[in-house]
Order: sequence, then structure tokens, then C-alpha cells
Amino acid sequence: MAYSDKVLDHYNHPRNVGSLDKKDPSVGTGLVGAPECGDVMKLQIKVNPETGIIEDARFKTFGCGSAIASSSLATEMLKGKTVDEALQIKNTEIVNELSLPPVKIHCSVLAEDAIKAAITDYKAKMEVPSVSPLQTA
Amino acid sequence: MLNFPIYLDNHATTPMDPRVLDAMLPYFKESFGNAASRNHSFGWVAEEAVEKARKQLADLIGATSKEIVFTSGATESNNLALKGVAEMYVQKGNHIITAATEHKAVLDTCKRLEKHGSRVTYLPVQTNGLVDLDMLRDAITDKTTLVSIMYGNNEIGVVQSIAEIGRICRERGVLFHTDAVQAVGKIPVDVNTDNIDLMSFTAHKMYGPKGVGALYVRRKNPRVQLTAQMDGGGHERGMRSGTLNVPGIAGFGKAAELCKELLPQEMLAHRALRDRLKNKLMAELDETYINGTMDSRLPHNLNISFAYVEGESLLMGINDIAVSSGSACTSATLEPSYVLKALGAGDDLAHSSIRFGIGRFTTQEEVDYTADKVVDVVTKLRELSPLYEMVKEGIDLSKVQWAAH
Repeated sequence: MAYSDKVLDHYNHPRNVGSLDKKDPSVGTGLVGAPECGDVMKLQIKVNPETGIIEDARFKTFGCGSAIASSSLATEMLKGKTVDEALQIKNTEIVNELSLPPVKIHCSVLAEDAIKAAITDYKAKMEVPSVSPLQTA
Repeated sequence: MLNFPIYLDNHATTPMDPRVLDAMLPYFKESFGNAASRNHSFGWVAEEAVEKARKQLADLIGATSKEIVFTSGATESNNLALKGVAEMYVQKGNHIITAATEHKAVLDTCKRLEKHGSRVTYLPVQTNGLVDLDMLRDAITDKTTLVSIMYGNNEIGVVQSIAEIGRICRERGVLFHTDAVQAVGKIPVDVNTDNIDLMSFTAHKMYGPKGVGALYVRRKNPRVQLTAQMDGGGHERGMRSGTLNVPGIAGFGKAAELCKELLPQEMLAHRALRDRLKNKLMAELDETYINGTMDSRLPHNLNISFAYVEGESLLMGINDIAVSSGSACTSATLEPSYVLKALGAGDDLAHSSIRFGIGRFTTQEEVDYTADKVVDVVTKLRELSPLYEMVKEGIDLSKVQWAAH
């Protein structure tokens, strides 16, 4: 299969590879996919609780070149957005940006799922304060 | 001096030996006759070329010339063997036995026969890739007409106990067909010591041209009969009509002659290169698994899974080396390799598998380059792999609740 230049660029120079501390309350972690399906994405965001802006994003992906490129691109798109803006990201933006062929659209869907999963995790952490109000009072 | 890309996909096809091409060229040009033309020298010259090739093929596999039927390739040979036997022996029974790891040319032919009233048993294989002979014995009934088990597997290179399977079939009065595409010319194959009744093989897997294959059909003890699957001029003793591909057949013959001459030294050379590649990869990478047994295997085959790395992404990183993967993403069906799944290793290892095939023209320099490149890319992709990270943190991946999609 021939890959687009953008997929090759992300594959050869993946952006924002790595892991954030998943115990940090300002970090949301999304882990989607399954090994037996041939792709698993872990995507993490670090949010400034004051502004709601995503200050950092990291990923690790087990999957084909298009899956790696989709998640790499997703981390670039996330940085600087608010959590609410990030929820608006659609897989079609990834498809267009990377010129993914039809058989690779599921890679972009998985990246969108990973974004949503990371945000859900972050929001869940915000609803349950890690330090009880009594102690902070 | 390395020339790129490096070709290590010799199970898919082999490059043609230049000596084979030389043997073919006259039959494209001045000796263009139809081998079935009986009344002029053009026909006689062509027929002589065909009969010479038939003898060269027969000599390679321990057969006689009259037992060789030329076809368009091994897919046709497999179709002719299975359908031809099923139709010819329909009075005796309608049961066929084959294995789960066969090539699609056998499996899909069996599926077709099932639609036309045959009953087919698909034997599972053991985790080493071998058919359980007791299971085979138990599967044979008085309605069984044919057992079809491949010689060497095209993905994992596992060599079945062919002589023993043939012996079981003969004891039970059942015909035995083997798809020997990957084995003929690579390891010693003898239709008599191996107790084979029908055998498919093809030129392009043994440094010959594409578009020409053969079916060995035993003439005595037992005499095998086939119902032709194509109607026409009654060529090939009535078993396969159609004007013979004379240049292709001349090349096939030359390829067989070269294989017979070179086989002893090539077996050793291919095994040495294969083991060199295996040892380098296994020494430098952890969590690396060989698919299929090493104890009974084609000398030029290596099929290996690099856990936590997806096959297509690995192929992308080693794009100056031609190999293939059992990953779903590299298949037309988007399903991981059914051969690897049949070993019971789990889909995740199928997604991570790479098949390397050494050939006549592979050099040690190419093998060393490949080993280094694969180690580099696997290492890089594991840094990118959430699974490798989780395993290193001590997480048992089998206990994680994955969301299958």
C-alpha cells in the first residue's frame, strides 16, 4: 500500500510520544482498541484546571502506520485547545489531513475515541476531588 | 555491495534463474510450434522440448514422465486433483480430509466441493503446526476417497510427516494428494518413498517462470484416475486440455534440473542464512517468538512474531526489504493470518508476525543488513507501543478489559 507523505512524516517523526503520570489529577488517560484487533492507542492530556486548556498531550500506539500517524496528529490537534473544543474534533479532520484511504478510516475513528476517552477520564477525576474538602479547609 | 530493495519473500515467488530464461527463449522465437502438431517439424521440436521437460520434472521427484500433467500453476493442479478425484471416485465415497493450514487453493476448492455434496473434514493442527496422525487415522472412514495435506507450509514452513501420512492412506486404501509447492526443489521430495499419489507443484517457486505448474498423477500401485475439469482437445492424456505453454514448460524443466543439481548445497546454505537471521534477531530482541516448529521446517523459512509491534508498521519501517506479514492490515480480507490463528497462538501474535524467505540469490550481507534493520525498527516501535510499556510495568495484558472494535 502506498502511504501519503503526511502519514510517512508522522510515522518517521512521531510527535509527542510518551507517557504522562496517570495518577496526576490534571491528566486524563484514554486507552482504546484491543491487541487481537491489531491496534491499541493510549492517549493522554494534561489540562490546566484554571483555564481548561490542554497544555500537553502524549501518545503511544500499537498499530499500523496510519494508526500511529492518526494518534500522533491527534496530540498535535489537542494542544492549546480547551477540553470542550477538543470534544468537537471529528475523525474526518484526521482522514482529510492525512489523506487516509477508506480501509484506514477506522484508524481515525480510534483516534477520536481515544481523545474522548482521555477527556472522559479527566472529567471523572475532576468530579472526585483527590483531596477531601475538610483537609483543605 | 547491497542492492535495494532486498528480496526476502521467496515463498511468494522466486526470481527466475537466468539459465532458465535462456532455455525458454528459443520457444518464443524460431521454435514456436504447437506441441500437438504431429505432421511437421515445428510441432516435433516443440513436443521434444515438452518431453525433455517432463523427464526433468519426473527425475526431480522420483516419478516417470507419463505421471506428469502440465497445468497453468499449482492452483489449477490443486483444483484438478481434488475435483478430479471427487468426481471420478464418487461411487466409492464423498469424504475428503484436509487440514486447517492448507493454502486457499485447497481450502476453497474443498468449500466448493462441499456445495456439490462432498463432506470435508478440516483437521486442526497442533501448536507446532503439525497434523496429529492419530487424529488423521480416526478421521478416515469407508467413505473417504482423498486426503490432501500440504508438504511444506507457505507461511510457517512447517514440513508435515508426509511419508507417514502417505503410508496411513495407503493402508486404508485412500488416495493421498499433497500440495508441495514450497517443498519441491527445496528439500528432497520422492513420490515413492513419500507414498504420494497426487502432487501439485509450480515453476515460479523454484526459479522458473510464472504461469506453468504440474500435477503428478500416480500410474501404478495404485493407478490414479481423474475426471478432467476442462473440456477440449484431450491433451495431457485426457486429464488437462489446452495447448501446452511450451516456453514455460521448457523453463520449468530447466528449473527442475537446476534444483536437482543444486539442492544438496542450497539446503545447507539456506539453512545457515536462515539460522543466522534467526539467531541475530532472537539475541537482540526480547519477547520474540518463532511460529511453527523448528524441528520439521523448510530450510529457507523463518516466521517470527515480534510481540507488541504491529506487522504492517514494521513492514513500513523496513521498506527497503521485501517480506510479508500475517497482520490483518496487510491482507486483502483485513483478517489476521488463518494459518497463525490455527496454531492457537492468539490473534495478537498473528498481527505481529513477519515471514522471511531465503532464496538462491540471497547473500549473507543482505541477511545481516535485514537483521540490523529489523532490530532497529522493532526497538523504535516498542518505544511507541503502549502494550510493551504495560508489560514492562508488570501488567498482564490478558487481564485487561479491551474494547474490541
